[in-house]
Amino acid sequence: MRREMEFTLNGEKVKVEVESTWTLLYLLREKLELTGTKLGCGYGECGACTVIMDGQAVNACLVPVLEAEGMSVTTIEGLAQSDGQLHPLQKAFVDHGAVQCGFCTPGMIMSAKALLDEKKSPTDEEIKESIAGNLCRCTGYVKIIEAIKVAAGGR
Amino acid sequence: MAQLTVVGKPIPKKDAPEKVAGEANYIQDLKVPGMLYGRILYSAYPHAKIKRLDTAKAEKLSGVKAVLTGSTIPAFKFGVYKDNPPLKTGKVCSLRDEIAAVAAVSPEVAQEALDLIEVEYEELPAIFDPVDAMKEGAPLIHEEHKTNVLKMPWKLIVGDLDAAKKEAAHVVEDTFRTQWVTACCLGASGCIASFDINSNLTMYSNTQIPSLAQKDFMEALGTFGFKNKKVRIIQSVIGGAFGSKLDTYAYEYLAILLALKTRKPVKIAFSREEEFFATSPRQCTITKISQGCTKEGKLLFRDMEMILDNGAYTSWGATTPSVMMLPISSLYKVPNVKYVAKCVYTNNTYSQAMRGYGNPQATFAIECSLDQLAEAAGIDPYDFRLMNANEPGEITPQNFKITSCGVKECMEAVKTRLGWTGKRMQKEGRGFGMAALVHVGGGARVYKSDGCGTIIKIDDYGKVDVFTGSSEIGQGSETIVAQIVAEVLGVPVEDINVINNDTDVCPWDVGAHASRTTFVAGNSALGAAQRIRARILDLAAATLNEDPSALDLKGGVIFSKNDKEKSIALGKILRSAHYTPGGKMLVADYFYDPPNENFNKEFKGNLSVAYAYGAHGVEVEVDKETGQVKIIKYVAAHDVGKAINPMLLEGQIYGGGVMGLGYALSEKMVYQNGKIMNPNFLDYKLLTAKDIPPIEAVIIETDEKNGPFGAKGIGEPGLVPTAPAIANAIYDAVGVRIKDLPITPEKVLRALKEREKG
Repeated sequence: MRREMEFTLNGEKVKVEVESTWTLLYLLREKLELTGTKLGCGYGECGACTVIMDGQAVNACLVPVLEAEGMSVTTIEGLAQSDGQLHPLQKAFVDHGAVQCGFCTPGMIMSAKALLDEKKSPTDEEIKESIAGNLCRCTGYVKIIEAIKVAAGGR
Repeated sequence: MAQLTVVGKPIPKKDAPEKVAGEANYIQDLKVPGMLYGRILYSAYPHAKIKRLDTAKAEKLSGVKAVLTGSTIPAFKFGVYKDNPPLKTGKVCSLRDEIAAVAAVSPEVAQEALDLIEVEYEELPAIFDPVDAMKEGAPLIHEEHKTNVLKMPWKLIVGDLDAAKKEAAHVVEDTFRTQWVTACCLGASGCIASFDINSNLTMYSNTQIPSLAQKDFMEALGTFGFKNKKVRIIQSVIGGAFGSKLDTYAYEYLAILLALKTRKPVKIAFSREEEFFATSPRQCTITKISQGCTKEGKLLFRDMEMILDNGAYTSWGATTPSVMMLPISSLYKVPNVKYVAKCVYTNNTYSQAMRGYGNPQATFAIECSLDQLAEAAGIDPYDFRLMNANEPGEITPQNFKITSCGVKECMEAVKTRLGWTGKRMQKEGRGFGMAALVHVGGGARVYKSDGCGTIIKIDDYGKVDVFTGSSEIGQGSETIVAQIVAEVLGVPVEDINVINNDTDVCPWDVGAHASRTTFVAGNSALGAAQRIRARILDLAAATLNEDPSALDLKGGVIFSKNDKEKSIALGKILRSAHYTPGGKMLVADYFYDPPNENFNKEFKGNLSVAYAYGAHGVEVEVDKETGQVKIIKYVAAHDVGKAINPMLLEGQIYGGGVMGLGYALSEKMVYQNGKIMNPNFLDYKLLTAKDIPPIEAVIIETDEKNGPFGAKGIGEPGLVPTAPAIANAIYDAVGVRIKDLPITPEKVLRALKEREKG
C-alpha cells in the first residue's frame, strides 16, 4: 500500500511516498538516488547497507521502510560538510589506507560512526565489535581498525 | 638515483575520497535511460535432458520484453575451451546451467516471468567427484568430448627423477586436498549492454580484462550476425575482483542478446546467491606429492600428481596448472621435478582463476611436504628451508631466470619476529610454522602479449591526464601509476588524473591478473612519462635558451640546473606551445611488453622477467579439548623489489593474508550433489574484524632491475603460503598433520583422537 511518510534524512526533513513492502535500502537507493549506501547481500549479513537510524547502526536492507517514519536517518552522503570537507572518519579512512575496492567502505564508516558517537575512546575490542557485521574482502580489516582508532583519537 | 619525492611514499589512494563519500558508482548503482532488467533461469538438475521448455506464459506477462532460450539464439560457445553456450539446449550439465533469460521493465517482473517458465527434465546420472569421473564407464559430461579428462595434458619433467629417488637418503610421500572457495567480492557481478542505432555495443561492466572482454564480445557479435561492430567497454567502479572477473560469463552474453532483441539497454545484476553459485570459484584439488633429499638435507626431487575438478565447463581454472608449475619447479632449489595434472569434467560448478592462480593449492602441498621431509631428515624446518632457498642469479629447472630474490631475508624476518629460535616443539599446545612462496612478479606471458599501453597529455595549466590500459579493482593501480608519472614529471600527485575505465580512450592492456599491474602498467607509465618529460624539456630549452640536458622539472617548474634564474612554469610552456603559430600539443604514448617468454611445449621458458618471493610464519595455540586453533602471531614478509607505496602495499599483504587465513581455516563452498549448500555470508565463513589475529607485514626491498623504480608485483603473493604455514604450526603444536583444507576444529580434534587411539 502506498502512503506518505516523513522522516529526517541527513539532517533535513523529507516527505516521501512509499510502499509498505519496501525496505529502507530500497527507498534510499531506488527512489531517493542515494546510492552511497550499498546493496551487498540483501539479508543483513554483509553490512554494506549500514546507515544510522536514531543513533543506531542498522542494516537498511532489513529495515521495513515504515520503521523509519519520524526517525532520523544518516547515510554516508550525510557525513561530509557542504563544502566537501570530509568527516574525520572519512578522512582517516582515506589517509590510513582503509579503502581498497571501497564497496564495504560506506557501511564500515557508518558502523564506526555509530560507535564513536556513543563512545569517545573505544577499546580495540569495541572497535572490532562495532564492525563485526561489516564484511570486507580486500583489506583484512587491519587498516580499517587503524583508521577508526585514529579518528577516535583525533576527536 | 636522485631523491624520490613521490615514489616510496604512503600516498592515500587516489579514488578513496569518492569512495568514502559514497560517490563511487559500482555496477549496482548505474542506470541508463530506458534500461530493462534481465534475469536468468538456471537448471533445476545437475545433469539432465531438457524434455520441454515452454516460455509462452512468461512471454505474455505484462512488462516482459523478451524471453530467450537456447533454441531462439544463434549457436555460440564461449570460454577457454569453447565448450559453454550462454543458454543450454538438449541437456544441462550443472545447476548453474543457464536455460532461459528474460528482459523486463523491472527486476521483479523479470523474476516473475522466470517463475512462469515451464521446464521438464529427464534426470541423467551425474558425477561430482573428479576421481569417479575418470573411471571407465563414468557418465560423460560432454559426450562429443569422449572423455571427462580435458585434453590439456599438463606435464613438466626436468632432470632424472628415478636416479634422484635412488640417491635420496630421505623420502616423504603424502596426499593433500584443497577445497572449493570463492572470491566473495562485496560488489557482485553485473553489466549493462546497450546498442546504438548502428548496432555498436557499449558494455558497462566490472570486468578486470577490458581489452580481452572487448575481443570476446566482438567475436560473439559476429556470431550473432553483427560482424565488425564496435565494442566499447566502460568499467564501473569495481567492487572487488580477485580473478573472478578474468573471464567473460554467460550473463554478459545474455545481456547482449537481450539488448539486441529488445533494442533497449539491458542490465543484469547478480544477487548474492547468484554471485555464489553462478560465478566461478577456485577449484578443489587432490595432490599426491613425494619429495626427497640427501642425508644433509639438500633437496633432490619433487614428484607431484594432481587432479583438478574442472566442473561442467571450462574457464581459466583449467589453466591454473601452468602457474602451479612455478612453485613446483622453482620454490627452493630442486633439480629433478615431475608434475602431471589432469583437469576433469564433473557436474559441479566450473572453476576459474582466483588470486594466486593455482599457486595456493600447489604451495599447500609443497610446503607441508617440505616440513615432513625436514622432520624425516632431522633438521629444523627453518634451517632446512634456508639450506635449499632460492638465490639471485639462479636459473631454475623451468628456465626461470631469477633476478632479485629476497626469500632468505623474508624467512629470516619471519623467524626473528616470531622468536622461532629454540622454542619449537617445546610449549605444550603451542607451535610455530613457516612456508615460503614464489610467484610471478614481473608480468606473466600467458598470452601472446603481456603488454600495457599508456598515453599522457598535459593541459594548459600543467595538469596531467594519464590514460592507462590497467584496470583498478581496488588494488590501487591508479595511485601507483599516478605516483610514477608524478615522480618523473616533478608535479604533485594531486595533479595527475588517471583515466582507466573506457576502451574508447584507454590503450590496450591484457588485464588485471598475474600480479602484473604495478610492474607492467608501471613500466608503461614510466616510459610514457619519460617521453613527455623529454618533449617538455625540449620546448623549454628553446624558450630558455638552454640545452635540454641542463634542465630539470620539479614542482611544476622547469629550471636550468646551471642558472637558477632560467626557469619557466610548466603550464606556461604548454600554453605557449599551443598559442605559437605552427603550434604543438604535448602527448606521449608508450607500450610496454616485458621481455618474458611463453612456455614452450615442455612448459619451459622465462614466464616473468622478475619473481616475487615471500615467507609467512605463524605461532598457533591448539586447544586439545576443542580442536580450536588460535593464532598468537602472524608474520608475512614479502620481497617486493621496491615499495612504490608502502601503505597500499601493506594493504595487499594484510588483505591477502586474511584471505589466506580464511582459505586455511574457515572457507569452503559446501557442495552436495552439485548444489552449493552455503551460498550466503551466514554459512560461507568469511573472517570478520573480530577473527583477525595480530598480523605483521614486513616489506623486503631488493631493487628489481627490471621493475619501475625497482618494484615487483604483490597482488597475489599475500595469500599463497598462509595455509601451509598454519598446517605446519599445528603439527608443531600438537603433532597432528591436517592434509585437507580448511583446517576446522573438527578435523583437528578427529586427528588428535585418531592419534590417541594409535
